[in-house]
Amino acid sequence: MSRIEGVLKTLKGQGRKALIPYITAGDPNPGATVDLMHTLVEAGADIIELGVPFSDPMADGPVIQLACERALAHGTSLRQVLAMVKEFRAKDADTPIVLMGYLNPMEAMGYEAFADAARDSGVDGVLTVDLPPEEADEVAPLFTERHLDAIFLLSPTTTDDRIRAISEYCSGYVYYVSFKGVTGAGKLNVEEVASRVSHIHELTALPVGVGFGIRDAETAAAVGRVSDGVIVGSVLVDTIARNQADTAQLKRALADLLQPMREALDSLSS
Amino acid sequence: MTEEMLNALPDARGHFGPFGGRFVSETLMDSLMTLEKEYLRMKKDPEFQARFDKELADYVGRPTPLYFAERLTRETGGAQIWLKREDLCHTGAHKVNNTIGQALLASFLGKKRVIAETGAGQHGVATATVCARLGLECHVFMGAEDVQRQSLNVFRMKLLGATVHPVQSGTKTLKDAMNDAMRDWVTNVDETFYIIGTVAGPHPYPLLVRDFQSVIGRETRRQALEKTGKLPDALVACVGGGSNAIGMFYPFLADESVSLYGVEAGGLGIETGKHAAPLCAGRPGVLHGNRTYLMEDENGQIAGTHSVSAGLDYPGVGPEHSWLKDIGRAHYVSVTDDEAMEGFRRLTRVEGIMPALETAHAVAYAIKLAATMDKDQSVVINVSGRGDKDINTVAQLEGIEI
Repeated sequence: MSRIEGVLKTLKGQGRKALIPYITAGDPNPGATVDLMHTLVEAGADIIELGVPFSDPMADGPVIQLACERALAHGTSLRQVLAMVKEFRAKDADTPIVLMGYLNPMEAMGYEAFADAARDSGVDGVLTVDLPPEEADEVAPLFTERHLDAIFLLSPTTTDDRIRAISEYCSGYVYYVSFKGVTGAGKLNVEEVASRVSHIHELTALPVGVGFGIRDAETAAAVGRVSDGVIVGSVLVDTIARNQADTAQLKRALADLLQPMREALDSLSS
Repeated sequence: MTEEMLNALPDARGHFGPFGGRFVSETLMDSLMTLEKEYLRMKKDPEFQARFDKELADYVGRPTPLYFAERLTRETGGAQIWLKREDLCHTGAHKVNNTIGQALLASFLGKKRVIAETGAGQHGVATATVCARLGLECHVFMGAEDVQRQSLNVFRMKLLGATVHPVQSGTKTLKDAMNDAMRDWVTNVDETFYIIGTVAGPHPYPLLVRDFQSVIGRETRRQALEKTGKLPDALVACVGGGSNAIGMFYPFLADESVSLYGVEAGGLGIETGKHAAPLCAGRPGVLHGNRTYLMEDENGQIAGTHSVSAGLDYPGVGPEHSWLKDIGRAHYVSVTDDEAMEGFRRLTRVEGIMPALETAHAVAYAIKLAATMDKDQSVVINVSGRGDKDINTVAQLEGIEI
C-alpha cells in the first residue's frame, strides 16, 4: 500500500476528510520551501501537493504563474525540488508528497531518471497537468514499477467512458477539477460539484480529491461534505506572495488559513 | 516515401512518429475529441468543402499567382526563382486560408465566440477578418511586446471589431499569448472555438491547419507544371510554427525529386543563443499540447526567443516539421536578422515586392540556394505575406522616421 493510499484509508476509517494544500516549490525562494512544508503539516495537512515550477503553466491562473516566475527567478529546477523532498523526509516520514507540474521538465530530465530520483527522494505520487492517460503509456508504468502513484485529473467535461478509463491508469486518488477554468478563478458551484463527485464515486472506487476554488473554511467544508479530500492552492500561494518579505509572518499566515479549514473538515465527522 | 504512408499521418492519436499528440489538461480533452470527430466528418462533407472552396476563390482571392522573378533570377545567376504570391491573399498573408476554414468549422459547429493568439498580428488580422465576415465574436491574445511592435495590425484588428487582449505574462510574446488563449479556452470551452494560427498545438490542429493550408502546395504544383512543364527542384518557405511551409510542402512530400527547405529565424546568430530556431538548435519536448522540437534550457524550461520578425518569434514548431526533419525529408536551415533584412531589401528593390519579414528569411536563403543551382533548375519561394505590417520595424532598423 502506498503512503497516499494508507493515509486516505486511515482517514476514511476515522470518518475524516483529507486536507491537501498545494504550494509551488522554490516560492518565494528555494530555501523556504521545506520549512513551509513542515508548517503546512503542523497546521493540519494530510498530503502535500508540491508544485514543480514551469515557465509556461497553461492550466494555471496568474497567482500560480507568478509563483512559478518567482521560483524560476531563483533558478529552481526539478532536481532541486526533489532535493527539497528528501530534506523534508529527514524530519517527516509520514506525510505523502505529490509532485504536481507539467511534462516538459520531467521529459528534459529523462523519465526513468526522474522516476528513480522521485522514489529515492521520498515522493509518493506524481500529477502531470498536461499528460492525459492517452499519452501516458511510456511514463505511467515507470511510476508504477517504483510504487509512485500516478494521479490524473477529471474535469466537469470528462465523459463517463473517460472517467472509467482514467481510473484504470490512476492510483492514490483522482483529482476532480471543480470548474471549467484555471486555478484561482473561484467560480465554485457546490451543488454542481456534489452531483458530479457522487457520479464519479459510482464509476470508480478511487478516493476523489476536489480542487480549484477552495479558499476558506466554508468552501472547504462544503466540498469536504461530498468528497474524500479538498485541495487548496491559489489562496495559499497568494498568501505566500503577500508575506514573502517576512518568513515568520508568512508561516503564521499560512497556518491561520489552513487551521480553520482543518477544523471545518473535522467538524464534518462529529 | 509513398502517398499511402503520408496519408496515414498523423495517426489516429495525432502522432507524426514520436511527435504531435494531445498534451493538454483534462478540461480540454472532450472539446478536442469532438473537434477531431467533427472535422473528419466535414473533411468528407461535400457541402462544407464546396463552401470552403468558394470562400477561397471569392473572398481570399485564390488561386494566387506563381510569378517568375526574372530580374532576381538574372541578378542571382543560378536557378530560376519563382514566387508563390500568398502576399496577394486577402489581408496580405497565407493566414486567411486557415482562418476562413476554421471559422467555417466554428459556424458549422454552432459556436459564436472565437479566440485566437497572434505574434506578428497577421493571424490576428486574418481571424478578426473572417469573424467579421461570418458574424462571430472575436478575441485576440497578443504578447504586450508584440502589441508594441505591431501597432498597425492591432489597429486593424480593432477596426474589424475584435477585442485585443495584451498579454503581460512571461516573455510577453507569442508563446505567452498562446498560454493565455488556452486559459480562456479552458474557461469558456462550451461556447468558444479556438482558431489556432499554425500547425502546432494539440491534435487535431496540426492536421486541420495543414489541410486548410495545403491549397498553397496544390496550386503551386499545378501552376509549375503549366508554366515550366515540370515540378520545381526546390521549395523554400519560412518556418515559425510552420503553417505556410507545411501548406507548401505537403502536396510535394511524395515527389522525392523536390527538395524542401524550411528557413528558421537565426536572430543574432545560432551561436549567440538569441534566435528562434528550434529545429536547427533545439531538442524534442512538450509544449502547447504537442511533442515537438523546442528551445529550452537543460531543466526543461522554455527559452526566450529572439527574431526581428514577431511572427517567427516562437520557441516551438509544428510536429509534422519535427517528423520531416528526423526522417530527412525536409531540410531546416536558418538565416540571421541581418540576412533577412538583406532579403527584404533585395526583393523590394529588384522585383517591387515588399515581403513580410518572416518571408524575407525564405527569400534570403533561396537566393543563396539558387546561386548554387543550375540555370535549368527552379526554386519556388513561398511569399507568405507582405511587408506593409513591418514598416515600423524596418524604419527603425534603417533609422528612418515615419
